[in-house]
Amino acid sequence: MVKLTDIIKVYLAGDVPVPALRGINLQIEEGEFLAIMGHSGSGKSTLLNILGCLDKPSGGTYDLDGLTVSDLDEEQLAVIRNQKIGFVFQSFNLLRRLPAVEQVELPLLYRKVPNRRRLAVQALTELGLADRLAHRPPQLSGGEQQRVAIARCLVTSPSLILADEPTGALDTATGHDIMRIFQRLNEERAITVVLVTHEREIADYAHRVVRLQDGRIVGDERNSSPNRPPVAGGPSLGGDGEDSRA
Amino acid sequence: MSIIDTIRSAFAALSANKLRSSLTMLGIIIGVSAVITLMAVGQGSQKGVTESIRGLGSNLLFIRPGQSQASNVQAAVYGGQALTLVDEDAYAVNDPEKFPYVEGVAPQIDFEGALIAGAENTRTTIIGTTPDYPYVRDFYVANGQFISDNDVTRKGLVAVLGHRVAETLFGDKNPLGKSVRLAVGPGGMITFNFRIIGVMEPKGATATGDEDDLMFIPLPTMQARIPFLRHPQGLSNVFQITVKVRDRDDFDQAEKEIAALLRERHNVDEDDFVILSQSDVATLKAAETEISQTLWAAMAAIAGISLVVGGIGIMNIMLVSVTERIREIGIRKAVGATRADILTQFLIEALMVTMAGGLIGVVLGVALSTFADGRTILEQSVRAEVSALAVILAFSVSAAIGLFFGIYPAFNASRLNPIEALRHE
Ligand SMILES: Nc1ncnc2c1ncn2[C@@H]1O[C@H](COP(=O)(O)OP(=O)(O)O)[C@@H](O)[C@H]1O
Ligand SMILES: [Mg+2]
Repeated sequence: MVKLTDIIKVYLAGDVPVPALRGINLQIEEGEFLAIMGHSGSGKSTLLNILGCLDKPSGGTYDLDGLTVSDLDEEQLAVIRNQKIGFVFQSFNLLRRLPAVEQVELPLLYRKVPNRRRLAVQALTELGLADRLAHRPPQLSGGEQQRVAIARCLVTSPSLILADEPTGALDTATGHDIMRIFQRLNEERAITVVLVTHEREIADYAHRVVRLQDGRIVGDERNSSPNRPPVAGGPSLGGDGEDSRA
Repeated sequence: MSIIDTIRSAFAALSANKLRSSLTMLGIIIGVSAVITLMAVGQGSQKGVTESIRGLGSNLLFIRPGQSQASNVQAAVYGGQALTLVDEDAYAVNDPEKFPYVEGVAPQIDFEGALIAGAENTRTTIIGTTPDYPYVRDFYVANGQFISDNDVTRKGLVAVLGHRVAETLFGDKNPLGKSVRLAVGPGGMITFNFRIIGVMEPKGATATGDEDDLMFIPLPTMQARIPFLRHPQGLSNVFQITVKVRDRDDFDQAEKEIAALLRERHNVDEDDFVILSQSDVATLKAAETEISQTLWAAMAAIAGISLVVGGIGIMNIMLVSVTERIREIGIRKAVGATRADILTQFLIEALMVTMAGGLIGVVLGVALSTFADGRTILEQSVRAEVSALAVILAFSVSAAIGLFFGIYPAFNASRLNPIEALRHE
């Protein structure tokens, strides 16, 4: 469970303080699928980075699964990121040199678990990339790269997946494939998913939509009829193979 | 991240940039191989001195002509050498009644000459000496026999060849009983035929030269047959008298009493001779090899400079590498790498470069030392011996350089803010 209380974030642009978040109060229950919407510069990424323990708030408290992470130091935050959080980025953020399977092993390396290779292959297989294990990012389409990135957060069985405009670099069809993957992870594994987007259609997959404006929450509504997959029975996690190259 | 995984990923990162990694290693390679070679030469020459002194035989005193000008008898000079010693001096020292601690005395004259046997010829040192020589110098005949008392009395034209001389002139054939022609004097105009009666055992180089490149003939033969060596007063000069003393403890007494005898015989107030003990010879020999200290210092400077330059090169490349890989660092941090993980990663990369450089440097240094050992380089005969200590030292130094110059870039990398790193293009 995520609980943000009076979260403030102020950046310094030179000497000028730039307030990016001006008092965020937000509670996210386990298993929720939440979308954060807002105009560019409204503070979406800043909020997501704080949720993901990549950044520390300038004020306020952040409780994650009963732990006050706003009190932790950088080394402890690294451990939290590794154990509890999976991040998906707009630009995929894969390491250019590594084959897909090693990308997925990366968080496990820092966690020092055995069976890394087996777990990574399993995660990639679940995402329909069983025949792309040895491919490096330049040899993969955008959709495939994003699926490798999702496999990378899936492999650690995180309690929280955070995605910052994950479909922003993909064409519409591939974007929807990716969204269906998030939806299934949320439904089948009860993983909490927090998604940043400025596209209504993408936000429609979520159960709850939070709106940000100038660093404040200006809307918080439930979506009683989330987007459903168009095909009855739905595609597998690996998509339907109609992945068009980005 | 476990150390094995860190090493594996460092290896992958370094091999992604092979040329750069190898160029970075170069300074360390040069530095380490120089250190290894340097220490090998240092060790080798020291060992060479010790060995060559031991090779002379044991418990020896060397009497040589001195430089005194105050002698009553004006000393003649031959080949830059004062001629103040005569064979009678040697026979006088060899008096068991007077000097009970003297075990043997070998006077000698030596000069350069050409030897001819059949179609073969060589230049070598001819030593005229007496039958005591093998015992005194602990250097024996391997085949045949040494000069006998009879040869001395007869002033016989007999010769004993050094090991290498025998090989050069006769190859595999047995030289015993064969004859060798000695040519001396200007243009080799005076020649004598010697009958070969023995061949010495192989011995190698000692403090007094290459003991395999010699020919021995009876001292009186030399004095009688080679006219320009005759003493102006009709005496028979020698260049050196080697005295074998029973025990080390007798050295002081022997030196004193023999000096007194020679002073009396020469009728001089100031010594016209010098008596050197084996340790004096060692000191002289060590001083001689000290000439190479300049060379040593130059090489040490090269080694030191290339190690430092190599270290700076590594720091430079690691800084570049960190800058190039800011995004990678961000990604690693996002998936849970701690500062310590990132620090270790870059430190291991720097260490692997320097240690690989160190390893190649050691191999190169050992090869270089092995090549140089026993060769004459810049008119200096080189002995080189690689010690385990040198290898360990050189290797540790290269690791230390990796740590020292790698820590700053690695620290920079570890402190990067994950968000800024991820945003970096
Ligand atoms: N590192 C930074 N330094 C200074 N200002 C920043 C920094 N990061 C973000 N900002 C500012 O904070 C505000 C919120 O940014 P961000 O969270 O990236 O918005 P969004 O993701 O909604 O587009 C913007 O005004 C942006 O200019
Ligand atoms: Mg943003």
